Amino acid sequence: MEMYRSHVMICRGTGCTSSNSEQIVKNFEELIKKHGLDNEVVVERTGCFGLCALGPIVIIYPEASFYSLVKPEDVEEIVNEHLIKGRVVKRLLYAETVENDTIKSIDEVDFYKKQVRVALRNCGVINPENIDEYIAFDGYKALEKVLTSMTPAEVIDTIKRSGLKGRGGGGFPTGTKWEFAAKSQADQKYVLCNADEGDPGAFMDRSVLEGDPHAVIEAMTIAAFAIGASQGYVYVRAEYPIAVKRLAIAISQAREYGLLGQNIMDTGFNFDLEIRLGAGAFVCGEETALIASIEGERGMPRPRPPFPAVKGLFGKPTLLNNVETYANITQIINNGAEWFASMGTEKSKGTKVFALGGKINNTGLVEIPMGTTMREVIFEIGGGIPNGKKYKAAQTGGPSGGCIPMEHIDVPIDYDNLIALGSMMGSGGLIVMDEDNCMVDIARFFLDFTVDESCGKCTPCREGTKRMLEILDRIVEGKGKDGDIERLESLANNIKNSALCGLGQTAPNPVLSTLKYFRDEYEAHINEKRCPAGVCQGLAKYTIIADKCKGCGICAKQCPVTAISGKAKTPYLIANDKCAKCGVCLEKCPFGAIIKA
Amino acid sequence: MKSLKELEEIRKKTLETINIRKDRTGTRVVVGMATCGIAAGARPVLMSIMDEVKKNNLADVVVAQTGCIGMCRFEPIVEVYKPGEEKVTYVKVTAAKALRIMNEHVMQGKVVDEYTIGAEEK
Ligand SMILES: Cc1cc2nc3c(=O)[nH]c(=O)nc-3n(C[C@H](O)[C@H](O)[C@H](O)COP(=O)(O)O)c2cc1C
Ligand code: SF4
Ligand code: SF4
Ligand code: SF4
Ligand code: FES
Ligand code: FES
Repeated sequence: MEMYRSHVMICRGTGCTSSNSEQIVKNFEELIKKHGLDNEVVVERTGCFGLCALGPIVIIYPEASFYSLVKPEDVEEIVNEHLIKGRVVKRLLYAETVENDTIKSIDEVDFYKKQVRVALRNCGVINPENIDEYIAFDGYKALEKVLTSMTPAEVIDTIKRSGLKGRGGGGFPTGTKWEFAAKSQADQKYVLCNADEGDPGAFMDRSVLEGDPHAVIEAMTIAAFAIGASQGYVYVRAEYPIAVKRLAIAISQAREYGLLGQNIMDTGFNFDLEIRLGAGAFVCGEETALIASIEGERGMPRPRPPFPAVKGLFGKPTLLNNVETYANITQIINNGAEWFASMGTEKSKGTKVFALGGKINNTGLVEIPMGTTMREVIFEIGGGIPNGKKYKAAQTGGPSGGCIPMEHIDVPIDYDNLIALGSMMGSGGLIVMDEDNCMVDIARFFLDFTVDESCGKCTPCREGTKRMLEILDRIVEGKGKDGDIERLESLANNIKNSALCGLGQTAPNPVLSTLKYFRDEYEAHINEKRCPAGVCQGLAKYTIIADKCKGCGICAKQCPVTAISGKAKTPYLIANDKCAKCGVCLEKCPFGAIIKA
Repeated sequence: MKSLKELEEIRKKTLETINIRKDRTGTRVVVGMATCGIAAGARPVLMSIMDEVKKNNLADVVVAQTGCIGMCRFEPIVEVYKPGEEKVTYVKVTAAKALRIMNEHVMQGKVVDEYTIGAEEK
């Protein structure tokens, strides 16, 4: 590789790619060539930097200038000023890095200051399509250490002592899982990676595969050595084309270097890896359904036991871990179990990646030590709620999780605390709701998702969730009845206790948790036929303020159901029983005399 | 198939070239590259500094450029920042002078007094 004085790192994660970062790459390459800088300046495509909302992102080293919202036509200015004359283009810098005219380092801005990057350490720093760059930052060193100086039992012991737990949702201790799989005797064992990422708010697994695919390959090889497997599969959803492509490139480069395949590192150890594409059904992320899907069967869960560690893929002992879980492994081997266990809380060690979404300023990907509070994540790293609105709650665990209201915002994030609050860690989706969100509507949204995704194999989930959704539909339409809350609760408990797989068992959580913290909103919908947040159209009440109404009659003409009447030049009136809550009148009144409550 | 030795070589060589993305603690050599700097011959100076870094595998040395320093009559200007030491400013640098700066100051820690701004202003 050549020596370059400047490295232009351009984000080619899914977010920035969809805002045209490939054109930015092309413009840089063209202009750099035109100015004869191609032997001094190198352009690299990277994975996600985390601040996707401000993409496309470009970082130029050695200054580490962090440019955000870059447009293809801005490239010329950056080349002329920054690369040729060494003058940083302040107007294009991420605004948070410019304070009183001085430029702060990116590590000092609120978004990155409290983050600790373990799983995401290479994302945005290396070119994921170049194995040499991965190797440069200690890549494949952990594998070398494992294969040349450790026994399988020592590897498992290290992972156990680190305290790492599964990042895919369940939070099962990873070392213990490896131990189970290692103890099963068989002629053939498998190592699988779950990259199905079904939670609609999460995209950390995609980002790891896009930004640092070798981290997963190396970790799976280590796992294979630890449990005695020779074949692995990565199960990725087909909707992640960039991730699939980068992973495929990485696998073939690893094979070329002898890091996958026969006789790895000349130690006699064999392991190879293949990609399997999933069609993107949420239930296929469940371990037994995932295994069925790789076998070519319909992706449906089956009862456990037997657990996959005993009888998994093709009936053989199988180890399944999540992408983010694997992304921690090489760091634990290289830096030691104690290093990892020094981060986090008593029972939850290390870091967790969250995808911030919803009503929050810095939507994107963040990695924080366990034990960071929700307040720090939302108000410091996430930059708080836009437009001066008030925080209401944050949903963790996606459709299987629950919400954290203001009164619990100072709770340190870890597996146990979130469960105690009626939510769960989940895979790391974190959706923020403000005062304008209706919590009944939110619960309905998640339940609607699970009803759609239920595989239909068992009755409590198939029928029970539908019943619950019907009740919620009724409530948001203003037809809620006395006893609906109790009916929801009893259905929820039933489903939780009798559904076959995790999807059904957790499906009632969003309803139960909103009932726990926002019962008053349910009651307002049912008893007063009122949506406190003004979201539920069916409950909206349109009123004309007599003082402001000029009697122009425009609203009456526009109303599709002739619910408005009046005499010219005197205040008009809306007949509430006729009104279809379409909102047209409010939009059309030239004098702002109509309000919705 | 790469042997462990080959892997280590790849690691070392690649790290030298991409370390500037992570390590911000080494020596920084900064060349003034505003309009007058370029006119005064800053580009060959920059190139010779980079050559030297490459040739000697100076993984912890970062070469950067900067804009106008406000001393156009002294261009080309090169500044050397060593961790824990005062910045040293060299003026009217040529490609040949840059070689000495790299070898004596950057690599051996001996400031080349006669090229510094202090010497020039006397
Ligand atoms: C309905 C359902 C969906 C799931 N989806 C995922 C998923 O998308 N990704 C994932 O890693 N785990 C998912 N899981 C959890 C997996 O079953 C399994 O526990 C996990 O992949 C194990 O890896 P870990 O121990 O590293 O977390 C899901 C579970 C259920 C019940
Ligand atoms: S709980 Fe739902 S998703 Fe799971 S097996 Fe039963 S029907 Fe299928
Ligand atoms: S459009 Fe507005 S001002 Fe005109 S009649 Fe209706 S409410 Fe009154
Ligand atoms: S909301 Fe629609 S239906 Fe109701 S009064 Fe206004 S225009 Fe008529
Ligand atoms: S995709 Fe570019 S910052 Fe996330
Ligand atoms: S332009 Fe060179 S010092 Fe001002």
